[in-house]
Order: sequence, then structure tokens, then C-alpha cells
Amino acid sequence: MGGLRYLGRKLVQVALTLLAVVTFNFYLFHVLPGDPIKLLARAGNLQPEDIARLRELFGLDQSLPVQYLVYLRDLATGNLGMSLTYRQPVVDILAERIVNTVELLAAATVLVIIIGVVVGVIAAARRGTRVDTASVVTSLLFWSLPTFWTGLMLIFILGVWLHAFPISGSGTPGVVYASLGAQVVDFGAHLVLPTLTLVLVDIGQFVLITRSSLIDVLTEDFILTARAKGLSSSQVLWRHGVPNALLPVITTSALYVGLVVGGAIQVETVFSWPGMGRLIYDSVLRRDYPLIEATFLVFAMTVILTNFATDLLYMWIDPRVRNA
Amino acid sequence: MTATVPLAVERPTGGLAAARANLALAWADPIGRAGFALLGFTFLVAILGPVVFPFDPTEVGTSAASILQAPTAQHWLGTDELGRDVFRETIAGSQVSLLVGLLATAISMIVGTMAGLGAGYSRGLVGAVLVRITDFFLVLPTLPLIIVLAAIAGQSLGIIIVVIGLTSWASTARIVRSQILSLRERVFIERVRALGATDLRIAVVHILPNVLPLVFANTVLVIAGSILAEATLAFLGLGDPVHVSWGTMLHFAFEVGAAGRGAWWYLLPPGIGIVVVVLGFTLVGYTLDRILNPRLRNR
Repeated sequence: MGGLRYLGRKLVQVALTLLAVVTFNFYLFHVLPGDPIKLLARAGNLQPEDIARLRELFGLDQSLPVQYLVYLRDLATGNLGMSLTYRQPVVDILAERIVNTVELLAAATVLVIIIGVVVGVIAAARRGTRVDTASVVTSLLFWSLPTFWTGLMLIFILGVWLHAFPISGSGTPGVVYASLGAQVVDFGAHLVLPTLTLVLVDIGQFVLITRSSLIDVLTEDFILTARAKGLSSSQVLWRHGVPNALLPVITTSALYVGLVVGGAIQVETVFSWPGMGRLIYDSVLRRDYPLIEATFLVFAMTVILTNFATDLLYMWIDPRVRNA
Repeated sequence: MTATVPLAVERPTGGLAAARANLALAWADPIGRAGFALLGFTFLVAILGPVVFPFDPTEVGTSAASILQAPTAQHWLGTDELGRDVFRETIAGSQVSLLVGLLATAISMIVGTMAGLGAGYSRGLVGAVLVRITDFFLVLPTLPLIIVLAAIAGQSLGIIIVVIGLTSWASTARIVRSQILSLRERVFIERVRALGATDLRIAVVHILPNVLPLVFANTVLVIAGSILAEATLAFLGLGDPVHVSWGTMLHFAFEVGAAGRGAWWYLLPPGIGIVVVVLGFTLVGYTLDRILNPRLRNR
């Protein structure tokens, strides 16, 4: 019963947060920048009657509350407006790009979490040794690397210098693939450097969180009991220690989604990866506001929904949360 | 029940002496000391560097050979795409990075501490609303938000500082709030309330000094984040075009394809500059956090 109440409360919270983001977005893009017609007609040499017609066309002759309601209706029906530079519906552009970003982020996230947790466990198990100190210092160093610069360095070292991996795009331009397998291999090769960049800059926090959480768990009484039962130290570590140390890792994973979205913008820009991040960079440079707005909205909603999913995961794993 | 608690336990832990003691502890830690060394070096470069090696952005190269030139005796770290001295440009860039980092963090700290104080101390509607707003800003993806705000508001150093400051306060507010929630039930707070102190006085005089040490550790980490945010913003072409920062340099290095042309002298100095200053603040912040955060102590 407590579980249902918790779920209901979380659902209301998510709905309110989403509404807040949408309202914030509306305010940001439709109230703050002033007259969108001036943006659309960049030269500004329009006749007054043309301006009036455009205002009517875009619904700008309506009052703000009415504009807001229309905006909500458009969002609900998937109408995100027209891009100023592509002259295409924003939704179509997003649909084309989003898959590439999801693939990149999924590859990076899986690697970051697995490697980060394993290194963190090793560091905690060998607390105070050189291995531990080295992993803490390396984590802090990687944490301090700017994502875009790390990407540039990898391009320079592994791409330009060693010619080990392709440095731009998601496929070799102009190539006709002999088979699906060849296409997948080419795509994978292009995925290596962007993914490696994200893994390098983001792995540190998972190492540190796992390490400190596990060190905490290893001081608890049930660990002593497990040792007293005569279990081997690896059994104590992996069967009793690690599972109990993972809750903070899940929290970090949720916060990580907000971070990795920022990483995607930088990595996709540096590697010309045709995803949402490169899209927001291009549309910022060209001041394509409808496109910036929609991309931001997708990023924000993704992060909010992932946080919600994490809350549910928490509830499933830890009964204490459910009954709180 | 309260009579059995020894007074010494309840003595407030804030104040200047405590701050000095914490800094001394951080200095004693090898990781902390490495951080202080990196920061000392950066501040020295930022303060003295431009005096010794002044940078004139209008002093551009006059021949094709002077553009993206490899290091020479005259240009120790080569030249950029306009034929300007990269070594001097990098030194000049340190000032912008530090300035933006410190001022944005100041805004972030003030907003975050006030929001956290309000959220933690007010049990009514104000508190509930502040908690919601904090959570809202905590889940919004920061970099896209900063990019969007900078794209709308414009590209001056002042605007960049305000935008970074106003988007990075949520974690501070959360730390302050959780500290206050545990503090306000403590005995010494009940004592001053029994003596007739008002809510505002309790919050400012008795609670704030006890919260500040942890805020301080967080501040140091927020500076690192703000410097990274400025560099990223400038790299994406949203920096202040007048004041060259490390991010701006890397933006132009990227635009002219410095990596493909093998111009390592244009890519390495600004990047290493960012890493040195961010790592400095990160190491100090990490060490202070370990000293000050009771849950993490002795790790």
C-alpha cells in the first residue's frame, strides 16, 4: 500500500516538473526574446501589412495566456514548429538525430558504470594501498578534464597522429557498403573516439562514489558476521559488500544523465556526430530558436523521466524507500 | 534529556579559527597540498603573468608564414590563426577563466545559501516552494540550460557570469538545507530559542555559521564547475568575443582545424591551463569535503 502511495506522489511530482519545464521553456522562448517576427524576418524590411499577416499566422495577435494554451496543445500533438534554417518541421529533424545520440550515450553509459564500479570496488578492497591512491588521483584528474578538449586531444593523438580511428561523423562519407556487417563495423569504428571521450571524463565520479560507499558498507556489522562465518574475502566483498554499496551508485547514475547530455553536446560537436548535441550547437550558431527550444525540451524531459525511472528502481530495490 | 548532553558537544563549529584549522588539515593532506600548489601557480600566473608578458590582441601576423606557426625563439608556444603569440594569449586567458569562475560562484553561493536557509528553516509554504524550485533546478540539465540562456541573453562576460551563477546554485541549496534540518533540532538552537531569539536571528546568527564550513568545501568544487562551464560555453562559440578566454582560444583552434593541421602548440596550452586550474580546485574541494563532511571523515 505504501508502495502505491509513493508511486502516486512521484507521478504527481514528475507531472508538475514536466509542466514547469514546459512553462519555463515557453517563457524563455516566447516571452523573453521579444518579437519573434523580427527574428523570422531577419532583414526587417517588411511592410506593416505583411507583419500583421505574419503575426496572425503565428498566433502572436492573441493574448499571452491564449498563446500559452495553444503552445501546450501544439506540444501535446507533437507540433514543435518549423526550423528557421532547415525550413522543415522540427519534429522531423529531431526524429532523424535522436537515434544517433541515444546510441552514443548508451554505449558510453554502460561502459562508464561497469568500469567505474569495478575500479571503485578494487580501490575500496585495497584501501590505503598504492592501487587505491592511484585510482583516487586518476579519478580526480579525469574528472577535471574538459570534455571537448579531451575529444580534441583524442582526435589529435589517436586520429591524426596514429590514424587508429576515424575522427568525424558516424560513417565514411560516400562509401557504398558491401554488406550490413561492413556498415556496422564502420559505424562502430566512428563510435570509438566519441565514446572513449565520454568514458574518460565521466568515469571518475563512479569510481569515487563506489569506493566511498563500499568502504562505508565494509565497516558494518553484517560484514563482520559474514567474515566470522568463514566466508572467503572475495565472497564477503562481492556477495555481501557490493550489492549493499550500489544504492548511491544508482543515485549518481540518475544525476549522470543530466551531465552526460552536456557531454553529448561537446563530444558531438567535436566529432561532428550527427545527433542532438551537434544539432543544438549548429542551431545556436545560426540562432535557429525553434530548433534550440525543441532540443532543450527533449534534453530536459529525458533527464526528468530518467530521474523518475531511477526513483522507481529505488523503490523496487530498497523497501525502506517504499515505506518512508 | 537535554541536561545529560555535555555542553562542549554543542559548541558551534564555525568561525575563522575553525576555517583556519580546516585549511591547515587540507594542507597536511598530500592531495590537498597538490591542489593548493596548482592554485598558487595559477593565481601567480594570472596576477603577474600579464605584467611580465603583456598580450596585445591587435598584434596580428603580417605574413602567411606567421599564421599557425610552430614554436620559435620569438614565439615560445607558436602563433594562432591570426599570427598572435599563443604563450601570451594563454597567460591573458587565465584572468578571464578565474574571474568568471570566482564571480559566478559568488552568485551561486549567495543564491544557494539563501534558498537553502529558507527551505530548511521555514516549515510553511515558503519552505515547500523553495524545495520544489531547488529540485527543479537540480534536475534541469545544466549545460543545455546555460547554452540556451546565453544564446538568448547575449555574449558579454557579465551575462555569462550571471547565467553560470544562476544555474549552479541548486546543489549548494540542497547541502545547506540538509544541514539545517539536522541543526535546528539540536539542543543549542532550542536553548537560544528558549532565550527568546527570533527565527531570523537564529537562522543568521546561530545556524549560518555552522553551515558555512560545508558550504565552503562545496564552493571550491563549484568554482571548478564554473570554470569548466565558461570554457565549454566559450568553446561552443558563446563566449565574450572581446575578452579572450581559454575556451575562446580552443573554439578558434577547433574552427581552423588545429588538430588536423597538427598545431599542438595551439591546442595544448589553453587546455592544460583549464586542467591545471580545475584540477587545483577539485583536489582542494575533495580534500576539504573529506575533512568537513562528517559522513566521509577518516576516508
